Amino acid sequence: MSADALLDAKGLSCPLPILKAKKALKAIPAGGTLEIHATDAGSVADFAAFCRTTGNELLESTTEDGVYKFLIKRN
Amino acid sequence: MNDQAPGTSANGSNAKRMSIIVTKGTLDWAYPPFILATTAAAMDVKVTMFFTFYGLPLLLKKLNLEVNTLGNAAMRMPMGGMHMAMPNIMAAIPGATAGITAMMKNMMKKKGVASIEELREAAVDSDVKLIACQMTMDLFEYSRDEMIEGIELGGAATYIEGALKSDINLFI
Repeated sequence: MSADALLDAKGLSCPLPILKAKKALKAIPAGGTLEIHATDAGSVADFAAFCRTTGNELLESTTEDGVYKFLIKRN
Repeated sequence: MNDQAPGTSANGSNAKRMSIIVTKGTLDWAYPPFILATTAAAMDVKVTMFFTFYGLPLLLKKLNLEVNTLGNAAMRMPMGGMHMAMPNIMAAIPGATAGITAMMKNMMKKKGVASIEELREAAVDSDVKLIACQMTMDLFEYSRDEMIEGIELGGAATYIEGALKSDINLFI
């Protein structure tokens, strides 16, 4: 993944990864990408729901050594 | 006015709406409304929170939230790999409320759970509409000066007007 911005949300519980991702998305231009690293297992379902609802595109959702990685394209 | 397009609200915006009546002000019960409000706002939902009765002090500038075993019959705390029941009777022990509150706050910090102060700030920053119940203000003798900036005052009719336009209405 090579994104325009990286958000480290490791160690944070719901709803902080989503709240911080929203803030980070606002700071990048439309069409730009945000990579998020989280350790909250609920974030897998939550980022999918967040993207479906807001129209941002979830390009990738992967797990690596207990870290959930997401790549979101801002709408 | 019934001339708006289906799925749009009366003010012409396409945003979904949610309202929450907040009736409880203990540390544990402050979480659900603030978590849902801030998350919904992050998902472009227009949120109104109506603070009434024991939920009203959540709008005070200085929060001093506590949690107690009383009324939380199912409360269990993780302890050394086990879960320890917290019987209601514990609430009668002097200092128990402070002890359990400290334990809960410590646990939350360790697990990366946001503080209520943080969530409330996020709610204000994301334009969540915070309405303080005027009747409760009068009943429990709170003044506007004690409350955070940016709140509105209102009553049941104010809430109902917003609730009628909402897709989700919660009572917590």
